Amino acid sequence: MLFKLKVNQRIETVDVSPDTPLLWVLRDVLHLVGTKYGCGMGVCGACTVHLGDQAIRSCSIPVSALGDQPITTIEGLAEAERHPVQLAWESLDVPQCGYCQAGQIMSATALLHHTPHPTVEDIDAAMSGNLCRCGTYTRIREAIQHAAGLGHAAAAHKTAHGA
Amino acid sequence: MRMNRRSFLQLATLAGGGMALRLYHLPALDAQEKLPELTPQAFVHIAPDGTTTIMARASESGQGMRNMLPMLIAEEFDVDWKSVRVQQADLDESRYGRQFSGGSMNTPLGWDPMRRVGAAARQLLIATAAERWNLPASACTTAHGRVLHKASGRSASYGELATDAASRKAPALDSVALKDPGEYRIIGHSTQGVDIPAITTGKPLFGIDVQLPGMLYASIQKAPVFAGTVKSANLDEIRRMPGIRHVFVIEGTIRPSAFTPWEPGMEPGIAIVADTWWQAQTARSQLKVDWDLGPAASQSSEGFRQRAKELLAQPPGNTVRAYGNVESSLHAAAKVVQATYEYPFIAHMTMEAQGATAHWKDGRMEMWSTSTQPENGRELVAQTLGIDKSVITTHMIRSGGSFGRRLQNDYLVEAAWIAKRVDAPVKLLWSREDDISHDGLRPGGTMGLTGGLDAQGRLTHWRQHFITFGENHHLASGGGIGADSYPAGFVPAYAMYTSAQPLMLRTGALRAPGDNAYCWVAQSFLDEMAFASGRDPLEFQLELLGNQRVPWTVGQPDAVGDHEPTGPSVLVPERFKGVLQLVAEKSGWATRKKQPGRGMGIAAWFCHLGYFAEVADVSVDKDNNVTVHNVWAAGDIGSQIINPRAAENMVQGGIMDGMSALGQEITLANGRIEQSNFHNHPILRMRQTPKIEVFWNRTHYAPTGLGEPSLPPVLPAVTNAIFAATGRRVRTLPLQRSGFNWA
Repeated sequence: MLFKLKVNQRIETVDVSPDTPLLWVLRDVLHLVGTKYGCGMGVCGACTVHLGDQAIRSCSIPVSALGDQPITTIEGLAEAERHPVQLAWESLDVPQCGYCQAGQIMSATALLHHTPHPTVEDIDAAMSGNLCRCGTYTRIREAIQHAAGLGHAAAAHKTAHGA
Repeated sequence: MRMNRRSFLQLATLAGGGMALRLYHLPALDAQEKLPELTPQAFVHIAPDGTTTIMARASESGQGMRNMLPMLIAEEFDVDWKSVRVQQADLDESRYGRQFSGGSMNTPLGWDPMRRVGAAARQLLIATAAERWNLPASACTTAHGRVLHKASGRSASYGELATDAASRKAPALDSVALKDPGEYRIIGHSTQGVDIPAITTGKPLFGIDVQLPGMLYASIQKAPVFAGTVKSANLDEIRRMPGIRHVFVIEGTIRPSAFTPWEPGMEPGIAIVADTWWQAQTARSQLKVDWDLGPAASQSSEGFRQRAKELLAQPPGNTVRAYGNVESSLHAAAKVVQATYEYPFIAHMTMEAQGATAHWKDGRMEMWSTSTQPENGRELVAQTLGIDKSVITTHMIRSGGSFGRRLQNDYLVEAAWIAKRVDAPVKLLWSREDDISHDGLRPGGTMGLTGGLDAQGRLTHWRQHFITFGENHHLASGGGIGADSYPAGFVPAYAMYTSAQPLMLRTGALRAPGDNAYCWVAQSFLDEMAFASGRDPLEFQLELLGNQRVPWTVGQPDAVGDHEPTGPSVLVPERFKGVLQLVAEKSGWATRKKQPGRGMGIAAWFCHLGYFAEVADVSVDKDNNVTVHNVWAAGDIGSQIINPRAAENMVQGGIMDGMSALGQEITLANGRIEQSNFHNHPILRMRQTPKIEVFWNRTHYAPTGLGEPSLPPVLPAVTNAIFAATGRRVRTLPLQRSGFNWA
């Protein structure tokens, strides 16, 4: 069955069964493999992408339920430059194995889009759906605070959301 | 720098007691295979523009090996880190030496040879320049990727010299001079993880990301019970489903024996190969299989518990170590304390589930592997498929975590087995549910302990009966204990016994194998003994470490701890005390407040050549919900912290990992594993993360690894803190079985 999706500002047409989760359309059909499989039931956050400006778990939403809202993946997060969140992740050396980090970054960017100056409690609440098996939470928390500062200083920085 | 079998075994024993030999069994070593001398040409390549490519020989699963080992080379090669490009080496142990990552051994195994490779490469370039300039090599020096002759002001970049240097014979590695640590510009300075920009932008990087033209996707349905075989299934119906290319029955080589060795063989099942993984999974959900479940279907956690209870009441099966006549002198102790500790099976739960990609073409096998023991994987594939090792090429791909799981190569063998039957590259991926129900689990255990104190409150007796899994003296992988397991040697009268019950499950090493459980038991019981003596646990343990050590005595010849530890694998009491004193100072241990519902616990451990002491500050609410507020960690891994920012991250991660383990368990009913995903085998989340402060106690010892040793102490630090807060001792894990929950 054909589905038309807007992924990272591009219109894509995919031919898959309607129950195929967005995650597997992204990974195995569109070859956007930055979005990761972790649990398949929406409890680990490794597959987080943006639907519109909301962070969603792409493993648990079938392609037929997407509607016409645009999808942003880690590959499409920033156009030319890196998003402040990506820069913060790099300057603080957040990742260990790195497998969960695309999902962490997508949750963090959605958080900062809606709450540009989050408290520690805001961060913990927004990020507790994303598991990190290596336990880099201390660094992730610091990086979000760092990015919130960076975002403030570079208010004109353009992202895929225009935020 | 020859690394023959004997020297490898010597190094393997460095990992903290003879136990390491059993944990990291390498079949290739049994062939007495000799590896040639390492050469700088194998590791260092210089482009004419001066860009230096350094080969990373070890697999990367998040421990920072792609930085740490190349940093050692770059330091002695005397180039700027920013001019270095790191490239992952393919598997070729004849060129790179051992390409094994496990047991926190890459630092101790790489520290000397990798620096010497860099120094030899530098010496080659100096010799090339000196010959060009008709000067003695001793008159030349280097800085920032250039050879210099200061007297004449002449200089040449490494790029200009590289072509001539490449054809020269390299100096013997043990002949080259190494820098004074005071001159280090890379070692001890934080470098950004070489893959981090690819991670933050979502570039293909991990095993699961491998993409090849015409690639097919595979999924395997295995029996719900270990080693269950296929009697019949609706395979024709499955073959007709959308996107399905092949369906194979894997008869398997694994046997449902009561004792499973390190690599028990292929598990039976049904492999489904499709155009996409989702199609393979969809077809799989329609499978109707009649399984022959075999004898493992009778196993249950309740059965294991009952049998452990019986064994605990019987004379032990095996003596690992005994001295000081514990049995006959215990009655003379002024005070005797008895306790039984129990900890569960747990699963690895790497964020990236197991999988691999393989392509069989024109009689050659090409594999994309996340194994941390890749040569062992190549050997197993060759054996299982009946092909020659020489036709197998292995690319070493970054993995989404190992924690010991990828020391086992079962998923790699499966991918190769399927690929050999398919005319296309095949990517095998396990589901999360597969990953738990077919993990090589950390085995559970039960420990019966008896301790004795003298009239002055000093620890005089320690008797430990470990109920583990296996058959006779053959213990399940990850279920053995060493004769040097602390506090062996420090207590005047001591005995360590084992008894084993049968197990039909795959088990294996999990981060800080053995130690992740034994530290919890020993440091909890020491806390109990300190409490019984009415003394401070820190003071009690420092006194114990001050005891004259009882000389090594060998237990039964086939006990696990049958190799006397040597060199850095012998616990140095001053280092153990050093981290305890440092963490006590940083945490304010001496002046800690004692109040109901909140408490601090202290614990320390030595494993994998590293020393860590940790203090946890914990509160417990009226509903027995536990919150960890602060953890202080003090580590001694020798003279250098090679990559400090990564090292701190690794310690914080080890602490989170250890805390997660306090709440996890794998249980069996009717031979079936009852847990299936992160919701019922949980990993802690950000809101449960305490403030974690890391401190280093620098000592003059050679640097050692960091993957494992920060993990073990946090378990007893937290449970000892729960005792301080509530007066209730956690003797059974997970916490839920002792009446507590994570907040």
